[in-house]
Amino acid sequence: MSIRFDNPDRPNSYIGRTVPRPNARRLVEGRGRYVDDIVLPRMLHAVFLRSPYAHARILSIDTGAARAASGVRGVFTGADLAEHCTPWVAVLEHLKGLKSAPQHPIAVDRATWTGEAVAAVVADTRAQAEEAAALIEVEYEPLQPVTDMRTALDPETPVLHPDLGDNLTFQREHVSGNPAEVMRSAPVIVESRFKTGRHTGVCVEPRSILADYNRSEKQLTVYHSTQAPHMMQVVFAEHLGLPEGAVRVICGDVGGSFGIKVHVYPDEVATATISKILGRPVKFIADRLESFATDIHARDHEIDARMALDEDGRILALDIEDLTGIGPYSVYPRTSAIEGNQVVNLCGGPYDFAHYRARTTVVLQNKSPTCQYRAVGHPIAAAVTEGMVDLAAEKLGLDPIEIRRRNLISDDAYPYTSPANMRFEGLSHHQSLNKLVEMMDYTALRAEQASLREKGVYRGIGIASFIELTNPSPFMYGIGGARISAQDGCTVRMDPDGSVVAMSGVTEQGQGTEAMLAQITAEAVGVPVGRVRVITGDTQTTPYGGGTWASRGAGIGGEAALQAGRALRGNILTVAGAMLQCAPETLDIVDGQIVDLGTDTARMPLAELGRVVYFRGDTLPKGLPRELVVTRHYITSDYPFAFTNGIQASYVEVDPETGFVTLLKHWCVEDCGRVINPQLVDEQIRGGIVQGIGGALYEESLYDAEGQLLNANMADYLVPMAAEMPDMIIGHVETPTLESELGAKGAGEAGTAGAPAAVMNAINDAIRPLGGRVTSMPMTPERILRSIHSLPE
Amino acid sequence: MTQATFEQLVEVSLTVNGERVDARVPAGRHVVDFLRLDLGLTGAHAGCEHGVCGACTLQIDGEIVRGCLILAAQMDGAEIWTIEGVTDSKEIADLQDNFVERNALQCGFCTPGMIFAARDILTRHKGVPGRADIREHISGNYCRCTGYEAIVDAIETTARARNSAKEGAE
Repeated sequence: MSIRFDNPDRPNSYIGRTVPRPNARRLVEGRGRYVDDIVLPRMLHAVFLRSPYAHARILSIDTGAARAASGVRGVFTGADLAEHCTPWVAVLEHLKGLKSAPQHPIAVDRATWTGEAVAAVVADTRAQAEEAAALIEVEYEPLQPVTDMRTALDPETPVLHPDLGDNLTFQREHVSGNPAEVMRSAPVIVESRFKTGRHTGVCVEPRSILADYNRSEKQLTVYHSTQAPHMMQVVFAEHLGLPEGAVRVICGDVGGSFGIKVHVYPDEVATATISKILGRPVKFIADRLESFATDIHARDHEIDARMALDEDGRILALDIEDLTGIGPYSVYPRTSAIEGNQVVNLCGGPYDFAHYRARTTVVLQNKSPTCQYRAVGHPIAAAVTEGMVDLAAEKLGLDPIEIRRRNLISDDAYPYTSPANMRFEGLSHHQSLNKLVEMMDYTALRAEQASLREKGVYRGIGIASFIELTNPSPFMYGIGGARISAQDGCTVRMDPDGSVVAMSGVTEQGQGTEAMLAQITAEAVGVPVGRVRVITGDTQTTPYGGGTWASRGAGIGGEAALQAGRALRGNILTVAGAMLQCAPETLDIVDGQIVDLGTDTARMPLAELGRVVYFRGDTLPKGLPRELVVTRHYITSDYPFAFTNGIQASYVEVDPETGFVTLLKHWCVEDCGRVINPQLVDEQIRGGIVQGIGGALYEESLYDAEGQLLNANMADYLVPMAAEMPDMIIGHVETPTLESELGAKGAGEAGTAGAPAAVMNAINDAIRPLGGRVTSMPMTPERILRSIHSLPE
Repeated sequence: MTQATFEQLVEVSLTVNGERVDARVPAGRHVVDFLRLDLGLTGAHAGCEHGVCGACTLQIDGEIVRGCLILAAQMDGAEIWTIEGVTDSKEIADLQDNFVERNALQCGFCTPGMIFAARDILTRHKGVPGRADIREHISGNYCRCTGYEAIVDAIETTARARNSAKEGAE
């Protein structure tokens, strides 16, 4: 029996409804439990001394004064920890040629970016540890840093890791069709260079870890602000020489993650190592400066793009040359080659064309390491693709909507394989476009723009179609050798009072994972949603799983919950049939009651069934199965990824005197397949859009030529704040994936994927009459003024 | 380094959430750390520790302030209200209900500070503030998750309900 999702009046119809999140109440009352809220007996605080140089040899470290300071219980250098923790090299076999150097929890012999830890102090209080860290004397020999990715491969540039031979860590070229020939013969060619600014996640809760090694049990318990507890369990076990079963990772409330907290950070591994050495709990909470300098960065790309079209504006070929700098090490274990790889995979993604060449070149440099951050590669690919489409429209005199209508993959073309070899099961570009045009009243908006233009008001409309990779299979990491689960599981249990507990391997960082799981479990079993408690984030109690990243929580974790819940429902009905002396097939569970199927006549509350099973099992037939705990796992297998699609529009006003951009309104139509909780999906989209706007307009980690990070604080690094953000209108088209019964694809990254492209196209639409065009992000007032020649170039 | 000398510890007597608190606090300890470490009131969060993100916003002597920019040693005689206190007093239950209903929070880390900023405009503004006013008033509180619109909605809804209740009473 499958669920009739199309019938809103079906029993227990929680899937598709807005239901408040079970954890929201305690968070709004300040009763969350984040890592820094946890205090353990004899807990110590770790503080790291960090390199002031982007590249320097560590000649000596004198820790004597620090060791003697009040409250200090240990001082550790890289060499000290190397005896207890093995280094890692972040490569994956399926990323051919990817190379990186061994990385230690604390730098050994050489510091490779400003902010890399060179020593750790643990003390009774954080203040004591900070005071002691200032007493450590490090003698450095500054080395020439590699900072400009354009010259990173030049022969006169020093090689960052001599053992690697050069600074090229990864390169991939993909060619489909005959792009070179088409570029030579096509009637219309447009080309442009794009730049996306290196920026970072700025989670309000900094990276946080509390490691507690218990010598008598030989067990390491780690309270961790993370997205992937099981992955971290493997990492701690492997590098600290512990059996995986002796490591328990507990992930309570997480104050934002966005991809920042899915990576292995040297200082966090150092904290766990020190706990193991001392046999005491050790807490490390990054401060804001450390967050800016040591959280992963992302999006440091420069792209040269060329597009060939015919006279009717049909795209014939696309050529992408991408260059990115990833810092001194590929980040463990997901690697830092994925973002460039995604640019190759995703450019041109919404469009129907045959000839494609894309190459990404990934180089090392002495800056903070980069890795996967919300919407990995998508905002870059979308900005380049949509920027090129608008450039072509301008050259051909076509409206931006019209050129997209002519080129978007037809809604009846699926299954479809893109020139980048991405396989799409079913997308809805044209439906989404039509819905967007209607939602924003495109024609009226163009009329308003034109009439204001006559009054000297420069407004612009920007459109951006996009695709989003969700529900990844092992093709993302597993096939490369990473112990990162693409499968996820859910255990569903009915307790004596008829309430249900769901334990899942996917995790919650605020997006509403637990609400989604509660809704699915409630519908699948047949109980009120308030009767479901959800447990996530504990490797010792939840089924093994990947956690929450790549928009996989609902699509993978949700399907596992659905299957587990339905199996439990079947088991409950087996017992109910025996108790009521009728065939289980004639019964149903509605709203926590056993009812007659079809008439919904109440027969027995689940609490009565629970009472009998748990306390009077003697009254049931001997041998009757009475398993009220069920686990199911789910993994995608038909497609490597479940792609979603969508389209965004931005309406902006640019002040040509100041270069300031006012965001007037933003629209998004998104197709994530089955929507489980409309409100939560909309809020994921809204939050994602604003995160994308951050990268488009404000956010950039600025370095000088020596590799010094210039704006590692929230006064100089700008993030989106309430006063500047627009209201956002969200619409949906639903094309469920056929791979799962639930039909859900991911929604967490769509907003971020398309927003920068939409805003960029809107700004360029506004300043086109002034002769301006910006393709470098963030699109600051200065860059806008230079482009309209109000400032010298 | 030696044990903190007398000069480094400062005696303060204050009220926190209506309860009297007497403490000797290290001279360098910020109010947010004092609340979190000494009193176990973990609702206020340290997000940036330089007064920009607003996650540590709380109320001292009737004004909303940054708990990371003011020292506990300055608190002698002060009256502090934290998220725990204003939750227990139920004075902002309607605002909190609307935050939950509208999903005006995701990870929740900024929320206690945001609630104080929201409570402040609801208290100060006569009538229903405009959306731009609300946005301006909470623009010192950073939220990475929501994109702010749901927060603005929740505050606006609360303001409307309070205003109708007030007009109904008049």
